[in-house]
Amino acid sequence: MKRNMRNFNEKTMKFLFFIGGIGTILILLLICFFLLAETANFLKTYPIWDFLTGTEWKPDEASRKFGLLPLLAGTFITTFGAVLLAVPIGILSAVYIAELAGPKTAEILKPAVELLAGIPSVVLGFFGLVLLVPTFQSAFDLTTGQTALTGSIILAIMALPTIISVSEDAISSVPASLKQGSFALGSNHWQTIYKVTIPAALSGISAAVILGVGRAIGETMAVMMVTGNMAIIPWSEPFLSSVRTITATIALEMGEVAQGTEHYYALFTIGAVLFLLTIIINGIADAVKRKHHRGE
Amino acid sequence: MKKQGLQNIKNANKSFASVTILAALILISLIGAGCLGQETDNNVVVSGSTSILPLAQSLSEKYMEIHNETVISVKGGGSGTGIAELIDGSNDIAMASRKIKDTEVTNAQANGINPVEHMIAKDGIAVIVHPANPVKNLTLEQLQKIYSGEIRNWSEVGGNDEEIAAIARDSSSGTQEFFTEAVMGDVELRSDLITQSATGAVTQEVMQNQKAIGFINAAYQNANLKTIGLDVNGTVFMPTEENVLSEKYPLSRGLYLYTDANVKEQADEFIQYIFSTEGQKIVREMGYTAVQ
Repeated sequence: MKRNMRNFNEKTMKFLFFIGGIGTILILLLICFFLLAETANFLKTYPIWDFLTGTEWKPDEASRKFGLLPLLAGTFITTFGAVLLAVPIGILSAVYIAELAGPKTAEILKPAVELLAGIPSVVLGFFGLVLLVPTFQSAFDLTTGQTALTGSIILAIMALPTIISVSEDAISSVPASLKQGSFALGSNHWQTIYKVTIPAALSGISAAVILGVGRAIGETMAVMMVTGNMAIIPWSEPFLSSVRTITATIALEMGEVAQGTEHYYALFTIGAVLFLLTIIINGIADAVKRKHHRGE
Repeated sequence: MKKQGLQNIKNANKSFASVTILAALILISLIGAGCLGQETDNNVVVSGSTSILPLAQSLSEKYMEIHNETVISVKGGGSGTGIAELIDGSNDIAMASRKIKDTEVTNAQANGINPVEHMIAKDGIAVIVHPANPVKNLTLEQLQKIYSGEIRNWSEVGGNDEEIAAIARDSSSGTQEFFTEAVMGDVELRSDLITQSATGAVTQEVMQNQKAIGFINAAYQNANLKTIGLDVNGTVFMPTEENVLSEKYPLSRGLYLYTDANVKEQADEFIQYIFSTEGQKIVREMGYTAVQ
Protein backbone atom coordinates (compact mmCIF):
# COMPACT_ATOMS: atom_id res chain seq x y z
CA MET A 1 0.00 0.00 0.00
CA LYS A 2 2.64 2.42 1.10
CA ARG A 3 4.85 1.31 -1.75
CA ASN A 4 2.04 1.97 -4.19
CA MET A 5 1.49 5.43 -2.78
CA ARG A 6 5.17 6.10 -3.09
CA ASN A 7 5.14 4.90 -6.66
CA PHE A 8 2.22 7.16 -7.39
CA ASN A 9 3.97 10.15 -5.89
CA GLU A 10 7.05 9.37 -7.89
CA LYS A 11 5.08 9.24 -11.11
CA THR A 12 3.06 12.38 -10.39
CA MET A 13 6.16 14.36 -9.59
CA LYS A 14 7.90 13.09 -12.71
CA PHE A 15 4.89 14.11 -14.76
CA LEU A 16 4.78 17.59 -13.16
CA PHE A 17 8.43 18.18 -13.91
CA PHE A 18 7.88 16.94 -17.44
CA ILE A 19 5.02 19.43 -17.91
CA GLY A 20 7.24 22.18 -16.55
CA GLY A 21 10.09 21.34 -18.89
CA ILE A 22 7.93 20.89 -21.96
CA GLY A 23 5.92 24.02 -21.10
CA THR A 24 8.94 26.28 -21.47
CA ILE A 25 9.79 24.83 -24.86
CA LEU A 26 6.16 25.08 -25.94
CA ILE A 27 6.07 28.77 -25.01
CA LEU A 28 9.25 29.34 -27.01
CA LEU A 29 7.84 27.50 -30.02
CA LEU A 30 4.58 29.46 -29.81
CA ILE A 31 6.45 32.76 -29.72
CA CYS A 32 8.60 31.69 -32.70
CA PHE A 33 5.54 30.65 -34.63
CA PHE A 34 3.71 33.89 -33.82
CA LEU A 35 6.69 36.07 -34.81
CA LEU A 36 7.16 34.17 -38.08
CA ALA A 37 3.46 34.35 -38.94
CA GLU A 38 3.35 38.13 -38.37
CA THR A 39 6.61 38.57 -40.29
CA ALA A 40 5.12 36.64 -43.21
CA ASN A 41 2.09 38.96 -43.09
CA PHE A 42 4.41 41.97 -43.33
CA LEU A 43 6.50 40.59 -46.18
CA LYS A 44 3.34 39.80 -48.15
CA THR A 45 2.72 43.51 -48.68
CA TYR A 46 6.15 45.06 -48.14
CA PRO A 47 9.07 44.00 -50.39
CA ILE A 48 11.73 42.25 -48.29
CA TRP A 49 14.51 44.04 -50.17
CA ASP A 50 13.07 47.45 -49.29
CA PHE A 51 12.85 46.35 -45.67
CA LEU A 52 16.41 45.04 -45.46
CA THR A 53 18.07 47.90 -47.35
CA GLY A 54 15.73 50.78 -46.49
CA THR A 55 17.45 53.73 -44.85
CA GLU A 56 14.31 55.43 -43.54
CA TRP A 57 11.90 54.35 -40.81
CA LYS A 58 8.79 56.55 -41.09
CA PRO A 59 5.67 54.72 -40.01
CA ASP A 60 3.22 57.65 -40.40
CA GLU A 61 0.40 57.40 -42.92
CA ALA A 62 1.99 59.89 -45.31
CA SER A 63 5.37 58.13 -45.63
CA ARG A 64 4.91 54.41 -44.81
CA LYS A 65 8.60 53.60 -44.96
CA PHE A 66 9.87 50.66 -42.98
CA GLY A 67 13.62 50.48 -43.51
CA LEU A 68 15.54 48.26 -41.11
CA LEU A 69 18.99 49.83 -41.52
CA PRO A 70 18.70 52.90 -39.24
CA LEU A 71 17.31 50.77 -36.40
CA LEU A 72 19.95 48.09 -36.89
CA ALA A 73 22.61 50.81 -36.94
CA GLY A 74 21.24 52.27 -33.69
CA THR A 75 21.23 48.88 -31.98
CA PHE A 76 24.77 48.05 -33.17
CA ILE A 77 26.28 51.43 -32.31
CA THR A 78 24.89 51.59 -28.76
CA THR A 79 25.77 47.94 -28.09
CA PHE A 80 29.27 48.28 -29.56
CA GLY A 81 29.89 51.40 -27.47
CA ALA A 82 28.66 49.60 -24.37
CA VAL A 83 31.04 46.70 -25.04
CA LEU A 84 33.98 49.07 -25.55
CA LEU A 85 33.27 50.64 -22.17
CA ALA A 86 32.16 47.63 -20.15
CA VAL A 87 34.67 44.97 -21.25
CA PRO A 88 37.89 46.56 -19.97
CA ILE A 89 36.27 47.73 -16.73
CA GLY A 90 34.51 44.40 -16.26
CA ILE A 91 37.59 42.25 -16.82
CA LEU A 92 39.75 44.47 -14.61
CA SER A 93 37.29 44.23 -11.73
CA ALA A 94 36.83 40.48 -12.26
CA VAL A 95 40.59 39.97 -12.04
CA TYR A 96 40.75 42.19 -8.99
CA ILE A 97 37.96 40.33 -7.19
CA ALA A 98 39.27 36.88 -8.12
CA GLU A 99 43.03 37.38 -7.78
CA LEU A 100 44.04 40.51 -5.94
CA ALA A 101 41.39 41.56 -3.43
CA GLY A 102 41.63 40.28 0.13
CA PRO A 103 38.78 38.03 1.25
CA LYS A 104 37.10 40.90 3.13
CA THR A 105 37.19 43.28 0.15
CA ALA A 106 35.92 40.55 -2.16
CA GLU A 107 33.09 39.87 0.26
CA ILE A 108 31.94 43.50 -0.09
CA LEU A 109 32.63 43.80 -3.83
CA LYS A 110 30.77 40.71 -5.00
CA PRO A 111 27.36 41.59 -3.51
CA ALA A 112 27.89 45.21 -4.60
CA VAL A 113 28.25 44.05 -8.22
CA GLU A 114 25.12 41.94 -7.87
CA LEU A 115 23.31 44.94 -6.40
CA LEU A 116 24.22 46.92 -9.53
CA ALA A 117 22.29 44.33 -11.55
CA GLY A 118 19.26 45.01 -9.37
CA ILE A 119 18.87 48.70 -10.26
CA PRO A 120 15.69 49.01 -12.38
CA SER A 121 16.50 50.11 -15.91
CA VAL A 122 14.03 52.99 -15.74
CA VAL A 123 15.99 54.44 -12.80
CA LEU A 124 19.23 54.23 -14.78
CA GLY A 125 17.45 55.83 -17.73
CA PHE A 126 16.23 58.72 -15.60
CA PHE A 127 19.70 59.18 -14.15
CA GLY A 128 21.04 59.33 -17.70
CA LEU A 129 18.40 61.79 -18.85
CA VAL A 130 18.84 64.37 -16.10
CA LEU A 131 22.58 63.96 -15.48
CA LEU A 132 24.46 62.60 -18.51
CA VAL A 133 22.35 64.19 -21.27
CA PRO A 134 22.81 67.87 -20.29
CA THR A 135 26.45 67.27 -19.38
CA PHE A 136 27.30 65.77 -22.77
CA GLN A 137 25.38 68.45 -24.62
CA SER A 138 27.44 71.25 -23.13
CA ALA A 139 30.71 69.26 -23.10
CA PHE A 140 30.62 68.41 -26.82
CA ASP A 141 28.46 71.42 -27.88
CA LEU A 142 25.81 69.19 -29.42
CA THR A 143 22.30 69.87 -30.71
CA THR A 144 21.07 67.43 -28.10
CA GLY A 145 22.76 65.40 -25.40
CA GLN A 146 20.53 62.42 -26.14
CA THR A 147 23.10 60.43 -28.07
CA ALA A 148 24.31 56.91 -28.73
CA LEU A 149 27.13 57.61 -26.28
CA THR A 150 24.75 58.25 -23.35
CA GLY A 151 22.92 55.06 -24.32
CA SER A 152 26.21 53.14 -24.42
CA ILE A 153 27.20 54.35 -20.96
CA ILE A 154 23.87 53.29 -19.45
CA LEU A 155 24.04 49.94 -21.26
CA ALA A 156 27.62 49.44 -20.09
CA ILE A 157 26.47 49.90 -16.49
CA MET A 158 23.77 47.30 -17.09
CA ALA A 159 26.10 44.79 -18.80
CA LEU A 160 28.85 45.13 -16.17
CA PRO A 161 27.38 42.77 -13.54
CA THR A 162 27.02 39.96 -16.10
CA ILE A 163 30.53 40.45 -17.43
CA ILE A 164 32.10 40.72 -13.98
CA SER A 165 30.41 37.73 -12.35
CA VAL A 166 30.83 35.34 -15.28
CA SER A 167 34.49 36.26 -15.90
CA GLU A 168 35.18 36.16 -12.18
CA ASP A 169 33.89 32.57 -12.14
CA ALA A 170 36.10 31.69 -15.10
CA ILE A 171 39.19 33.26 -13.50
CA SER A 172 38.54 31.61 -10.12
CA SER A 173 38.23 28.21 -11.76
CA VAL A 174 41.74 28.36 -13.26
CA PRO A 175 43.55 25.51 -11.44
CA ALA A 176 45.92 26.68 -8.70
CA SER A 177 48.58 24.31 -10.03
CA LEU A 178 48.93 26.44 -13.18
CA LYS A 179 49.56 29.57 -11.14
CA GLN A 180 51.91 27.76 -8.74
CA GLY A 181 53.87 26.52 -11.73
CA SER A 182 54.18 30.06 -12.99
CA PHE A 183 55.34 31.33 -9.57
CA ALA A 184 57.82 28.44 -9.34
CA LEU A 185 59.36 29.55 -12.62
CA GLY A 186 60.00 32.93 -11.05
CA SER A 187 57.18 35.06 -12.49
CA ASN A 188 55.72 37.72 -10.28
CA HIS A 189 52.01 38.16 -9.56
CA TRP A 190 51.34 40.53 -12.48
CA GLN A 191 53.14 38.31 -14.99
CA THR A 192 51.21 35.29 -13.74
CA ILE A 193 47.89 37.10 -14.16
CA TYR A 194 48.40 38.25 -17.70
CA LYS A 195 50.54 35.37 -19.03
CA VAL A 196 48.83 32.42 -17.29
CA THR A 197 45.54 33.14 -15.53
CA ILE A 198 43.82 35.32 -18.13
CA PRO A 199 44.81 33.16 -21.14
CA ALA A 200 43.62 30.06 -19.24
CA ALA A 201 40.28 31.73 -18.47
CA LEU A 202 39.96 33.39 -21.87
CA SER A 203 37.08 31.32 -23.24
CA GLY A 204 35.10 31.90 -20.03
CA ILE A 205 35.81 35.62 -20.27
CA SER A 206 34.73 35.65 -23.93
CA ALA A 207 31.48 33.95 -22.98
CA ALA A 208 31.00 36.63 -20.31
CA VAL A 209 31.50 39.37 -22.88
CA ILE A 210 29.04 37.79 -25.31
CA LEU A 211 26.42 37.38 -22.57
CA GLY A 212 26.97 41.03 -21.71
CA VAL A 213 26.35 41.93 -25.37
CA GLY A 214 23.11 39.93 -25.25
CA ARG A 215 22.07 41.85 -22.16
CA ALA A 216 22.80 45.17 -23.85
CA ILE A 217 21.15 44.41 -27.18
CA GLY A 218 17.78 43.55 -25.64
CA GLU A 219 17.56 46.45 -23.20
CA THR A 220 14.70 48.85 -23.94
CA MET A 221 13.54 51.32 -21.35
CA ALA A 222 16.79 53.01 -20.33
CA VAL A 223 17.98 53.25 -23.92
CA MET A 224 14.71 54.75 -25.08
CA MET A 225 15.02 57.48 -22.46
CA VAL A 226 18.53 58.67 -23.34
CA THR A 227 19.30 58.03 -27.03
CA GLY A 228 16.90 60.57 -28.59
CA ASN A 229 15.31 57.87 -30.79
CA MET A 230 16.31 59.47 -34.10
CA ALA A 231 15.79 56.95 -36.89
CA ILE A 232 18.86 57.89 -38.94
CA ILE A 233 22.14 56.21 -39.90
CA PRO A 234 24.75 58.50 -38.30
CA TRP A 235 27.68 58.12 -40.71
CA SER A 236 29.64 61.17 -39.62
CA GLU A 237 29.49 61.04 -35.81
CA PRO A 238 28.14 57.64 -34.83
CA PHE A 239 28.50 58.10 -31.08
CA LEU A 240 27.60 61.78 -30.75
CA SER A 241 24.42 61.55 -32.78
CA SER A 242 20.97 60.49 -31.63
CA VAL A 243 20.09 56.96 -32.69
CA ARG A 244 17.12 54.66 -32.39
CA THR A 245 17.37 51.02 -31.42
CA ILE A 246 15.09 48.16 -32.49
CA THR A 247 13.78 47.67 -28.96
CA ALA A 248 13.00 51.37 -28.50
CA THR A 249 11.10 51.44 -31.79
CA ILE A 250 8.84 48.59 -30.72
CA ALA A 251 8.24 50.12 -27.30
CA LEU A 252 7.58 53.59 -28.74
CA GLU A 253 5.17 52.57 -31.46
CA MET A 254 3.38 49.49 -30.13
CA GLY A 255 0.94 51.48 -27.99
CA GLU A 256 -1.21 53.03 -30.65
CA VAL A 257 -0.62 50.93 -33.74
CA ALA A 258 -3.88 49.72 -35.26
CA GLN A 259 -4.06 45.94 -35.24
CA GLY A 260 -3.65 44.25 -38.61
CA THR A 261 -2.00 47.19 -40.37
CA GLU A 262 1.32 47.08 -42.19
CA HIS A 263 2.89 49.09 -39.35
CA TYR A 264 1.69 46.50 -36.81
CA TYR A 265 3.25 43.65 -38.79
CA ALA A 266 6.42 45.70 -39.35
CA LEU A 267 6.91 45.98 -35.58
CA PHE A 268 6.66 42.20 -35.24
CA THR A 269 9.12 41.81 -38.08
CA ILE A 270 11.78 43.94 -36.38
CA GLY A 271 10.99 41.93 -33.23
CA ALA A 272 11.81 38.79 -35.20
CA VAL A 273 15.08 40.39 -36.35
CA LEU A 274 15.97 41.13 -32.74
CA PHE A 275 15.06 37.57 -31.75
CA LEU A 276 17.34 36.25 -34.51
CA LEU A 277 20.21 38.47 -33.27
CA THR A 278 19.76 37.17 -29.73
CA ILE A 279 19.72 33.54 -30.92
CA ILE A 280 22.96 34.11 -32.83
CA ILE A 281 24.61 35.76 -29.82
CA ASN A 282 23.51 32.99 -27.44
CA GLY A 283 24.71 30.39 -29.97
CA ILE A 284 28.15 31.99 -30.06
CA ALA A 285 28.26 32.17 -26.25
CA ASP A 286 27.33 28.47 -26.04
CA ALA A 287 29.97 27.47 -28.57
CA VAL A 288 32.63 29.46 -26.70
CA LYS A 289 31.56 27.94 -23.38
CA ARG A 290 31.70 24.41 -24.80
CA LYS A 291 35.21 25.09 -26.01
CA HIS A 292 36.03 26.30 -22.52
CA HIS A 293 34.80 23.05 -20.94
CA ARG A 294 36.73 20.94 -23.44
CA GLY A 295 39.77 22.98 -22.58
CA GLU A 296 39.49 21.90 -18.97
CA MET B 1 21.96 5.41 4.38
CA LYS B 2 18.58 4.21 5.55
CA LYS B 3 17.99 7.46 7.35
CA GLN B 4 18.63 9.38 4.16
CA GLY B 5 16.08 7.21 2.33
CA LEU B 6 13.49 8.10 4.94
CA GLN B 7 14.40 11.75 4.60
CA ASN B 8 13.81 11.51 0.85
CA ILE B 9 10.36 10.03 1.32
CA LYS B 10 9.53 12.75 3.80
CA ASN B 11 10.70 15.38 1.34
CA ALA B 12 8.69 13.78 -1.43
CA ASN B 13 5.58 13.91 0.77
CA LYS B 14 6.35 17.48 1.63
CA SER B 15 6.65 18.51 -2.01
CA PHE B 16 3.52 16.54 -2.81
CA ALA B 17 1.74 18.54 -0.15
CA SER B 18 3.04 21.79 -1.52
CA VAL B 19 1.92 20.87 -5.03
CA THR B 20 -1.54 20.14 -3.66
CA ILE B 21 -1.60 23.50 -1.90
CA LEU B 22 -0.49 25.21 -5.11
CA ALA B 23 -3.21 23.47 -7.09
CA ALA B 24 -5.77 24.50 -4.49
CA LEU B 25 -4.55 28.11 -4.66
CA ILE B 26 -4.85 28.15 -8.44
CA LEU B 27 -8.35 26.73 -8.18
CA ILE B 28 -9.35 29.36 -5.62
CA SER B 29 -8.00 32.19 -7.75
CA LEU B 30 -9.84 30.84 -10.78
CA ILE B 31 -13.09 30.78 -8.83
CA GLY B 32 -12.30 34.26 -7.57
CA ALA B 33 -11.75 35.48 -11.12
CA GLY B 34 -15.07 33.95 -12.08
CA CYS B 35 -16.82 35.90 -9.32
CA LEU B 36 -15.12 39.11 -10.48
CA GLY B 37 -16.39 38.40 -13.97
CA GLN B 38 -19.93 38.25 -12.68
CA GLU B 39 -19.62 41.66 -11.06
CA THR B 40 -19.14 43.46 -14.38
CA ASP B 41 -22.66 44.84 -14.24
CA ASN B 42 -21.56 47.62 -11.91
CA ASN B 43 -18.13 47.84 -13.45
CA VAL B 44 -17.49 50.44 -16.16
CA VAL B 45 -14.22 49.97 -18.06
CA VAL B 46 -12.76 53.11 -19.65
CA SER B 47 -9.60 52.86 -21.75
CA GLY B 48 -7.70 54.69 -24.46
CA SER B 49 -5.87 58.01 -24.98
CA THR B 50 -3.22 58.83 -22.43
CA SER B 51 -3.91 62.56 -22.99
CA ILE B 52 -7.42 62.08 -21.56
CA LEU B 53 -6.32 59.61 -18.88
CA PRO B 54 -5.63 62.12 -16.04
CA LEU B 55 -8.95 63.88 -16.73
CA ALA B 56 -10.94 60.64 -16.86
CA GLN B 57 -9.28 59.46 -13.67
CA SER B 58 -10.24 62.48 -11.59
CA LEU B 59 -13.73 62.52 -13.13
CA SER B 60 -14.23 58.87 -12.19
CA GLU B 61 -12.90 59.41 -8.66
CA LYS B 62 -15.35 62.26 -8.05
CA TYR B 63 -18.16 60.28 -9.67
CA MET B 64 -17.55 57.22 -7.51
CA GLU B 65 -17.65 59.37 -4.36
CA ILE B 66 -21.30 60.10 -5.16
CA HIS B 67 -22.25 56.81 -6.81
CA ASN B 68 -20.45 54.26 -4.72
CA GLU B 69 -22.36 51.37 -6.27
CA THR B 70 -20.52 51.87 -9.56
CA VAL B 71 -16.88 50.91 -10.08
CA ILE B 72 -15.14 52.77 -12.91
CA SER B 73 -11.73 51.48 -13.94
CA VAL B 74 -9.70 53.81 -16.15
CA LYS B 75 -6.61 52.74 -18.04
CA GLY B 76 -4.45 54.20 -20.82
CA GLY B 77 -3.07 52.44 -23.87
CA GLY B 78 -3.59 55.13 -26.50
CA SER B 79 -6.53 56.28 -28.63
CA GLY B 80 -6.16 53.43 -31.13
CA THR B 81 -6.05 50.78 -28.42
CA GLY B 82 -9.09 52.27 -26.70
CA ILE B 83 -11.13 52.21 -29.90
CA ALA B 84 -9.87 48.69 -30.74
CA GLU B 85 -11.07 47.57 -27.31
CA LEU B 86 -14.45 49.18 -27.89
CA ILE B 87 -14.68 47.28 -31.17
CA ASP B 88 -13.90 43.91 -29.57
CA GLY B 89 -16.15 44.69 -26.62
CA SER B 90 -13.51 44.67 -23.88
CA ASN B 91 -14.30 48.19 -22.65
CA ASP B 92 -17.46 50.25 -22.19
CA ILE B 93 -16.04 53.67 -23.02
CA ALA B 94 -13.12 54.45 -25.33
CA MET B 95 -11.14 57.66 -24.82
CA ALA B 96 -9.70 59.21 -27.99
CA SER B 97 -7.85 62.45 -28.58
CA ARG B 98 -8.80 62.25 -32.25
CA LYS B 99 -12.00 61.52 -34.15
CA ILE B 100 -12.73 57.89 -34.86
CA LYS B 101 -11.46 56.78 -38.29
CA ASP B 102 -13.83 55.52 -41.00
CA THR B 103 -12.05 52.16 -41.08
CA GLU B 104 -12.58 51.82 -37.33
CA VAL B 105 -16.31 52.57 -37.70
CA THR B 106 -16.56 49.90 -40.40
CA ASN B 107 -14.72 47.38 -38.22
CA ALA B 108 -16.97 48.21 -35.27
CA GLN B 109 -20.16 47.81 -37.29
CA ALA B 110 -18.92 44.46 -38.57
CA ASN B 111 -18.66 43.47 -34.90
CA GLY B 112 -22.16 44.72 -34.08
CA ILE B 113 -20.97 47.89 -32.34
CA ASN B 114 -22.24 51.33 -33.38
CA PRO B 115 -19.85 53.95 -32.01
CA VAL B 116 -21.42 57.13 -30.59
CA GLU B 117 -19.27 60.24 -30.15
CA HIS B 118 -19.23 62.46 -27.03
CA MET B 119 -16.94 65.51 -27.11
CA ILE B 120 -16.21 66.10 -23.42
CA ALA B 121 -13.54 68.81 -23.57
CA LYS B 122 -11.22 70.78 -25.78
CA ASP B 123 -7.51 70.82 -25.62
CA GLY B 124 -4.70 72.77 -27.25
CA ILE B 125 -1.17 71.81 -28.18
CA ALA B 126 1.41 74.29 -26.91
CA VAL B 127 4.66 74.74 -28.85
CA ILE B 128 7.45 75.14 -26.34
CA VAL B 129 11.09 76.25 -26.29
CA HIS B 130 13.75 76.96 -23.67
CA PRO B 131 13.07 80.23 -21.75
CA ALA B 132 16.39 81.67 -23.01
CA ASN B 133 15.31 81.29 -26.63
CA PRO B 134 14.57 84.79 -28.05
CA VAL B 135 12.00 83.53 -30.59
CA LYS B 136 8.46 84.58 -29.57
CA ASN B 137 6.14 83.65 -32.44
CA LEU B 138 6.09 81.27 -35.37
CA THR B 139 3.69 80.80 -38.24
CA LEU B 140 2.27 77.35 -38.91
CA GLU B 141 4.32 77.34 -42.11
CA GLN B 142 7.54 77.97 -40.20
CA LEU B 143 6.60 75.26 -37.72
CA GLN B 144 6.01 72.86 -40.59
CA LYS B 145 9.36 73.74 -42.15
CA ILE B 146 11.13 73.19 -38.82
CA TYR B 147 9.59 69.73 -38.51
CA SER B 148 10.17 68.82 -42.17
CA GLY B 149 13.83 69.83 -41.89
CA GLU B 150 13.66 72.72 -44.35
CA ILE B 151 14.48 75.20 -41.56
CA ARG B 152 17.43 73.89 -39.55
CA ASN B 153 18.78 76.97 -37.77
CA TRP B 154 17.10 79.24 -35.25
CA SER B 155 18.48 82.31 -37.09
CA GLU B 156 16.12 81.53 -39.99
CA VAL B 157 13.14 82.33 -37.76
CA GLY B 158 14.69 85.28 -35.92
CA GLY B 159 16.61 83.47 -33.21
CA ASN B 160 20.25 82.83 -32.37
CA ASP B 161 22.64 81.20 -34.82
CA GLU B 162 22.11 77.71 -33.43
CA GLU B 163 20.97 74.43 -34.89
CA ILE B 164 17.38 73.46 -34.10
CA ALA B 165 16.80 70.31 -32.08
CA ALA B 166 13.27 69.31 -33.09
CA ILE B 167 11.54 67.08 -30.58
CA ALA B 168 8.50 64.97 -31.37
CA ARG B 169 6.50 62.25 -29.66
CA ASP B 170 6.37 58.62 -30.68
CA SER B 171 3.89 57.64 -33.38
CA SER B 172 1.57 56.09 -30.78
CA SER B 173 0.92 59.45 -29.09
CA GLY B 174 -2.40 61.19 -29.77
CA THR B 175 -0.66 64.56 -29.44
CA GLN B 176 1.82 63.51 -32.15
CA GLU B 177 -0.95 62.33 -34.44
CA PHE B 178 -2.84 65.59 -33.97
CA PHE B 179 0.31 67.63 -34.60
CA THR B 180 1.14 65.66 -37.74
CA GLU B 181 -2.35 66.14 -39.14
CA ALA B 182 -2.72 69.80 -38.22
CA VAL B 183 0.81 71.04 -38.98
CA MET B 184 2.42 68.62 -41.42
CA GLY B 185 -0.47 67.58 -43.68
CA ASP B 186 1.11 65.61 -46.50
CA VAL B 187 4.61 66.90 -45.82
CA GLU B 188 6.99 64.26 -44.45
CA LEU B 189 8.52 64.70 -41.02
CA ARG B 190 12.30 65.02 -40.99
CA SER B 191 14.24 61.83 -40.23
CA ASP B 192 16.42 63.41 -37.57
CA LEU B 193 13.63 64.02 -35.08
CA ILE B 194 14.40 63.49 -31.42
CA THR B 195 11.57 61.19 -30.39
CA GLN B 196 10.36 61.03 -26.80
CA SER B 197 8.08 58.48 -25.25
CA ALA B 198 6.21 60.79 -22.85
CA THR B 199 5.22 64.43 -22.31
CA GLY B 200 7.49 64.50 -19.26
CA ALA B 201 10.48 63.51 -21.38
CA VAL B 202 9.70 66.31 -23.88
CA THR B 203 9.48 69.00 -21.18
CA GLN B 204 12.64 67.65 -19.50
CA GLU B 205 14.65 67.93 -22.72
CA VAL B 206 13.27 71.38 -23.60
CA MET B 207 14.01 72.64 -20.07
CA GLN B 208 17.66 71.58 -20.34
CA ASN B 209 18.31 72.28 -24.03
CA GLN B 210 18.42 75.86 -25.39
CA LYS B 211 18.30 74.62 -29.01
CA ALA B 212 15.20 72.54 -28.53
CA ILE B 213 11.64 72.97 -29.71
CA GLY B 214 8.82 70.63 -28.75
CA PHE B 215 5.06 70.43 -28.42
CA ILE B 216 2.90 69.26 -25.54
CA ASN B 217 -0.67 69.27 -24.30
CA ALA B 218 -1.43 72.89 -23.29
CA ALA B 219 -2.33 71.70 -19.76
CA TYR B 220 1.33 70.81 -19.17
CA GLN B 221 2.73 74.33 -19.80
CA ASN B 222 4.81 75.58 -16.89
CA ALA B 223 7.03 78.46 -15.86
CA ASN B 224 10.24 76.63 -16.80
CA LEU B 225 9.12 76.49 -20.42
CA LYS B 226 8.47 79.25 -22.90
CA THR B 227 5.30 78.89 -24.95
CA ILE B 228 5.52 80.09 -28.55
CA GLY B 229 2.63 82.10 -29.96
CA LEU B 230 1.20 81.00 -33.30
CA ASP B 231 0.94 83.70 -35.93
CA VAL B 232 -2.17 83.48 -38.11
CA ASN B 233 -2.07 86.16 -40.84
CA GLY B 234 -0.32 88.62 -38.54
CA THR B 235 -2.40 87.97 -35.39
CA VAL B 236 -0.60 85.99 -32.70
CA PHE B 237 -2.59 83.48 -30.65
CA MET B 238 -1.44 81.84 -27.45
CA PRO B 239 -2.95 78.52 -26.32
CA THR B 240 -5.19 80.17 -23.73
CA GLU B 241 -8.52 78.66 -22.72
CA GLU B 242 -10.46 81.25 -24.70
CA ASN B 243 -8.47 80.72 -27.89
CA VAL B 244 -8.64 76.95 -27.62
CA LEU B 245 -12.41 76.88 -27.09
CA SER B 246 -13.05 79.22 -30.01
CA GLU B 247 -10.45 77.24 -31.98
CA LYS B 248 -8.87 80.58 -32.99
CA TYR B 249 -5.65 79.06 -31.74
CA PRO B 250 -4.76 76.83 -34.70
CA LEU B 251 -3.64 73.80 -32.68
CA SER B 252 -6.90 73.12 -30.81
CA ARG B 253 -8.73 69.83 -30.76
CA GLY B 254 -11.63 68.01 -29.19
CA LEU B 255 -11.26 65.18 -26.69
CA TYR B 256 -13.75 62.40 -27.28
CA LEU B 257 -15.36 59.49 -25.55
CA TYR B 258 -16.85 56.74 -27.72
CA THR B 259 -19.46 54.23 -26.62
CA ASP B 260 -21.65 51.69 -28.31
CA ALA B 261 -25.13 53.04 -29.18
CA ASN B 262 -26.47 50.30 -26.94
CA VAL B 263 -24.45 51.47 -23.93
CA LYS B 264 -24.52 50.07 -20.41
CA GLU B 265 -26.70 52.23 -18.12
CA GLN B 266 -23.88 52.94 -15.65
CA ALA B 267 -21.56 54.11 -18.44
CA ASP B 268 -24.25 56.41 -19.81
CA GLU B 269 -24.79 57.94 -16.37
CA PHE B 270 -21.07 58.58 -16.05
CA ILE B 271 -21.00 60.40 -19.39
CA GLN B 272 -23.99 62.51 -18.36
CA TYR B 273 -22.10 63.40 -15.19
CA ILE B 274 -19.15 64.60 -17.26
CA PHE B 275 -21.45 67.02 -19.12
CA SER B 276 -22.99 68.29 -15.87
CA THR B 277 -21.86 71.58 -14.31
CA GLU B 278 -19.79 69.68 -11.77
CA GLY B 279 -18.15 67.45 -14.37
CA GLN B 280 -17.21 70.40 -16.58
CA LYS B 281 -15.80 72.17 -13.51
CA ILE B 282 -13.36 69.27 -13.10
CA VAL B 283 -12.51 69.53 -16.80
CA ARG B 284 -11.50 73.16 -16.20
CA GLU B 285 -9.61 72.37 -13.02
CA MET B 286 -7.54 69.80 -14.89
CA GLY B 287 -6.36 72.43 -17.39
CA TYR B 288 -8.59 71.45 -20.30
CA THR B 289 -11.20 73.64 -21.87
CA ALA B 290 -14.80 72.87 -20.97
CA VAL B 291 -17.35 72.53 -23.75
CA GLN B 292 -20.50 73.55 -21.84
